Amino acid sequence: MNFSITKRARSITFGLMILGVLAAVVGIMGDHTEHHQRTWASLLVNSFFFFGIGLGALFFFALQNATETAWSVLVKRVFESLFSYLKWGWIPLVIVFIAASLHMNHIYHWMDHSLYHEYMVGEGHDAHYVDQLEAGAVANPNYDTIMAGKKAFLNVPFFWIRTIAYLATFIFAGYWFRKQSLQMDKETGDSLVKRMILNYKRSALFLVFFAVFSSILSWDWIMSIDAHWFSTLFGWYTFAGMWVSAMISAVILVLYLKRKGYLPQVSNSHIHDMGKWVFAISFLWTYLYFSQFMLIWYSNIPEEVTYFQDRINNHPWLMWGTFFINFAVPMVLLMSRDAKRNPRFLIFVGTIIFIGHWMDVNMMVMPGSLGHHFHGIGLVEIGMFLAFLGALIHTVLTALTKAPLTVVNHPYLDESVHHQI
Amino acid sequence: MANKVIYAVYEDPEQLKDGARKLVSNGIKVKDTWSPFPIHGIDPIIGVKRTRLAIAAFMYGITGTCLATLGMWYMNIFDWPMNIGGKPSMSYYQNVPAFIPVTFEFTILCAAHGMAITYMIRNKTLPGMPARNPDPRSTDDKFIIEVRTGDNHGHSAEAITSLLRETPVFEINERQY
Repeated sequence: MNFSITKRARSITFGLMILGVLAAVVGIMGDHTEHHQRTWASLLVNSFFFFGIGLGALFFFALQNATETAWSVLVKRVFESLFSYLKWGWIPLVIVFIAASLHMNHIYHWMDHSLYHEYMVGEGHDAHYVDQLEAGAVANPNYDTIMAGKKAFLNVPFFWIRTIAYLATFIFAGYWFRKQSLQMDKETGDSLVKRMILNYKRSALFLVFFAVFSSILSWDWIMSIDAHWFSTLFGWYTFAGMWVSAMISAVILVLYLKRKGYLPQVSNSHIHDMGKWVFAISFLWTYLYFSQFMLIWYSNIPEEVTYFQDRINNHPWLMWGTFFINFAVPMVLLMSRDAKRNPRFLIFVGTIIFIGHWMDVNMMVMPGSLGHHFHGIGLVEIGMFLAFLGALIHTVLTALTKAPLTVVNHPYLDESVHHQI
Repeated sequence: MANKVIYAVYEDPEQLKDGARKLVSNGIKVKDTWSPFPIHGIDPIIGVKRTRLAIAAFMYGITGTCLATLGMWYMNIFDWPMNIGGKPSMSYYQNVPAFIPVTFEFTILCAAHGMAITYMIRNKTLPGMPARNPDPRSTDDKFIIEVRTGDNHGHSAEAITSLLRETPVFEINERQY
């Protein structure tokens, strides 16, 4: 059965986008930070958060292939449609990076090349920077020894090489997996099994790249905002956030489709399994978040602890609220079996955690890029959130219409239909 | 007529499920099933009540949380105040991150052990208890349905057996009890 977008869904998504853009525009007019820094920072927050949903879905899809999981075959198309967002989701991210490279915004402090040279000749805009003391050169007051030590990794050309490598890999992987999945619908017998094994191998290969890239991209795109600070757990923590956001989006999407009468074979057991994933990954996120926090809090080393001092002293609500929502809410509300099998309840809790993880990305990006100009989430952030949400829903629903909602042929389809827990 | 217990032996869990469905749809109460591994979806067919093990586990977990908190508070704050991570505030609340790992581990420890022990007591499978398994083959490759005539007064043993013969049953054993 093919999915078709209802008029109501279409008008709601466009309404969200228009409302979001309007709110963002009103907010941006009130943005008096230097270089419209706040606008750029919230663009980064939202493009990263929603790109992360696509990425989490792509990861989970590959994971299901690589582990040859049977139960999820019925909801495969939902994950395919979620990662189809990657096709467009990279554009706003790249816009932010281009603007940062051209110094139109100062989100990435390390992109200022004057930090890296010990001496300078001349003054003001005409100054040029040198590494060796020469005639007429004076000490560069901007010189930053810590940043100079990170130059081998944090420099604009290498940043772009990495960014292009990630984006190309993810977009190509998404395209390839989708193509394979559609091809499987047309095949039966031996060729179908062969294709599944090919998918299994390629997914395993992709997961290796994903493991490295997901970690490094979080250093590049997010952690380097606070360029003096670093945390070895940051990559995993960001990745857990992406994954849980993707799982929540998938659950809500499946429940929406079921409510509209699609996916008749998806039973309570499938919903229960997806609920378990949301529950489990929420705990993974909590575990990583807390491990990072506790080690830094415990050792109390000045260069590490500044990150949390800023957030605890200036944005306690964001800091603790995020932790509370993303940990306590799923723990208390999703623990019982009945809760994970109740669609309304799952959507309610899922929406709360979804917003919680968006706030988490705000907490990663905003204090570092805005400093004391960050006064909490306002019209700009919420407007952009709604606009991106509308764009995500639109892309996902459009992708759902392109292929039968339930896969036609898959070696594990029968097992998935009879899945019972 | 003495009460009889009938054991229907199957070679496949799906066949056992079909057999159990057939019995239940004819109004026959299935006492229990025996299998080498859990058969998914058998509980609603033979009408096994939802387990309350989860509630017990929650209770054990909460007990663990409370005990761990109380113990650490007594040892590290009250009886012998500790300087935790260079922050000598001597308060539990301000040092709570340092106590979380132990609280977490002790909660899991109590919940897991409590759950395992409760499960074994409830199933009468504590080490040293006599085995209640009717047929040792059900620990290897056979799947067995147990039906008692005492539970099914409306049906004779012959009627139940002939009903079972219609399913792909491997063998049927009857015993007095």
